[in-house]
Amino acid sequence: MKIAPAFALGLTISYISNTPVPEGIPNFSEVPMTEATTAAAKPIPVTVLTGYLGAGKTTLLNRILSENHGKKYAVIVNEFGEIGIDNDLIVESDEEIYEMNNGCVCCTVRGDLIRVVEGLMRRPGRFDAIIVETTGLADPVPVAQTFFMDDDVRAKTELDAVVALVDAKHLPLRLKDSREAEDQIAFADVVLLNKTDLVTPEELAKIEATVRAINPSARIHRTERSNIDLTKVLDQGAFSLERALENEPHFLDQDDHHHDHACGPDCGHDHHHHDHDHHDHDHHGHDHHHHDHAPSPIHDVTVQSVSLRGGEMNADRFFPWIQKITQTEGPNILRLKGIIAFKDDPERYVVQGVHMIIEGDHQRAWKDGEKHESRLVFIGRELDREKLERTFKACEAVPAGAAAH
Amino acid sequence: MPTVAPLDLQGHVAGVAFLGDIPFFAESSGLIHRLDHGHKTIEAHEGLLSSIRDEATDTLLTGGEDGKVLRIQADGSMSELANVPRKWISQVAAGPQGAVAYAYGKTAHVRLADGTVKDFTEERTVEGIAFAPKGLRIALARYNGVSLHWVAIAGQPVDLEWKGAHTGVTFSPDGRFVVTSMQENALHGWKLDTKPGAETRHMRMTGYPAKIKSVSWSAKGKWLASSGAPAAIVWPFQAKDGPMGKAPRELGTRANIMVTQVACHPIEEIAAIGYADGMIMVVRFADSKEVLLRRPGKGAISAMAWNKNGRQLAFGSEAGDCGVVDIAG
Repeated sequence: MKIAPAFALGLTISYISNTPVPEGIPNFSEVPMTEATTAAAKPIPVTVLTGYLGAGKTTLLNRILSENHGKKYAVIVNEFGEIGIDNDLIVESDEEIYEMNNGCVCCTVRGDLIRVVEGLMRRPGRFDAIIVETTGLADPVPVAQTFFMDDDVRAKTELDAVVALVDAKHLPLRLKDSREAEDQIAFADVVLLNKTDLVTPEELAKIEATVRAINPSARIHRTERSNIDLTKVLDQGAFSLERALENEPHFLDQDDHHHDHACGPDCGHDHHHHDHDHHDHDHHGHDHHHHDHAPSPIHDVTVQSVSLRGGEMNADRFFPWIQKITQTEGPNILRLKGIIAFKDDPERYVVQGVHMIIEGDHQRAWKDGEKHESRLVFIGRELDREKLERTFKACEAVPAGAAAH
Repeated sequence: MPTVAPLDLQGHVAGVAFLGDIPFFAESSGLIHRLDHGHKTIEAHEGLLSSIRDEATDTLLTGGEDGKVLRIQADGSMSELANVPRKWISQVAAGPQGAVAYAYGKTAHVRLADGTVKDFTEERTVEGIAFAPKGLRIALARYNGVSLHWVAIAGQPVDLEWKGAHTGVTFSPDGRFVVTSMQENALHGWKLDTKPGAETRHMRMTGYPAKIKSVSWSAKGKWLASSGAPAAIVWPFQAKDGPMGKAPRELGTRANIMVTQVACHPIEEIAAIGYADGMIMVVRFADSKEVLLRRPGKGAISAMAWNKNGRQLAFGSEAGDCGVVDIAG
């Protein structure tokens, strides 16, 4: 019950004895790129390290802190634990999940990160980047959403990438007993398939297929003792709309596929052929037309992905559609990424989202000869593939099937 | 005409205060500067997170990234009240008779003048602490509300519940109201002097475009000024039910420059308003009359404090450009 609306700002005070009314569920935001790039102070990049207990997070963190790369990192950890490096900028922080008071169940942020980042950013000259190490059981979503939903944090930092470490030996067990392990993989931009020396090549292939099934758009690297070229972990720009999707071959290189549906993971078709990052894909074969639709022996995977492809889109239909999908299906959507071709638009439009948060912007001009095609990947649970495909198609600027090539 | 005596420091200023007539400027770096017959500096913390003036003893209380809680006297001498290695002390509060409260994690610690320490543990992180104006009682802001504890008496706390994250807390000077700032762009208030058993009276002060980082009670607690908008939002608290049913004043409105700090005058019903561009105005509640105290500077105003007689205003900014304004000139 609003009693007295104030003047220009609409400030109100009200007697309330029941629960708060939903207000301001986050909505689609267009982020003008120029603003971000021309801002006086460059935002500090933040890398989030996730992974189950024993997956090798601390080992990776120690590598990052001790390797001679000339950069200084502020590290936010849940427990000091075994970090053997003497670094003034390791901050211990208790996980503090905030549900936002806006009626949106998936709008969660990490209150402790808001506080610590605010403190760190008062003296920004001390470090070049921030690393957040989460606990083994942590949900990566609130961590990531903090960097989108809190205005102060967002003004000074930018999420660079979510990196998940996976213990190759124990992943099947983890997937059986915890949803978090699966969430961490599903949500990641980079997956380090670690402890590869503890499994046979056959086991490793199976594990990698599982990871790929959970997350078709992540970059996967195989490692032993978390040993990796740090340029593959840090400074990824995975959440940057400008850099989004430039290096995601799984997602982009589908030009040779002429079947009219993009395979999701649950068709069992392996998605490895285009990954140029890893050294050992002989057993997968390089045939782009190779399809293995045999049911994959992957158990305990509840995350699915839906890849959509279409022609040029009608902006007046697409924006209301994506807003509606993210508002209604937001809780089930972990990540979404896409490149959209709008009719009569000389530039590619990129979108990305986390649950209900979605943002998009023009990225660059379409190149000569580049096919004006729209692609969108949803990673989540209980996604209605048929409905997504049908309604996505309905946003096309021309009737399906009549698209000019 | 107001005159400004500038003091240019290097980094973010977390707090300013007058001890006696000496202005103190606490930098986030941990250096504490004072203007006492010249510019003097002490190294207090390895990183300073919080600083407030303790009215009872006219000292400065600070908490740091180094886990220390310090009391700093007007002459710059320091004493250590607590030392918790590797914990960030982002909250300190000053109570009656030399009592000091500080918190890290889920526990608030109250240190009495004789050195005894009492602990109060919440289920969630303690994000704000305030002492009640009368009696040795503390309010702890936490997720989903505020807990009120009597320090000296064992017993159940009074829990004031409201869904959401409460990041700061303050008592009205007459002790009748508790107001929190929230993670969302709102203040929330509770009326404490309701009849026993009566339904809790909530005040939900919403409509701000930004988080509220600064609140200040006017002389005798008649008004509560707040940041979080391109004007100082000033709620009337003189009535029995506080601002219930009343609109706030919007003072010092600027087109698109946010207010970052507010500081009510110790005697008059006027407030100093600091903005994101470094400008400072003083505005009278009665007729909204504005006087410019300082032109825009290098950074957002991050701290302000009046001296006791209200003639001088010390200020600091995120960029380190500080100063003292003499409003009588």
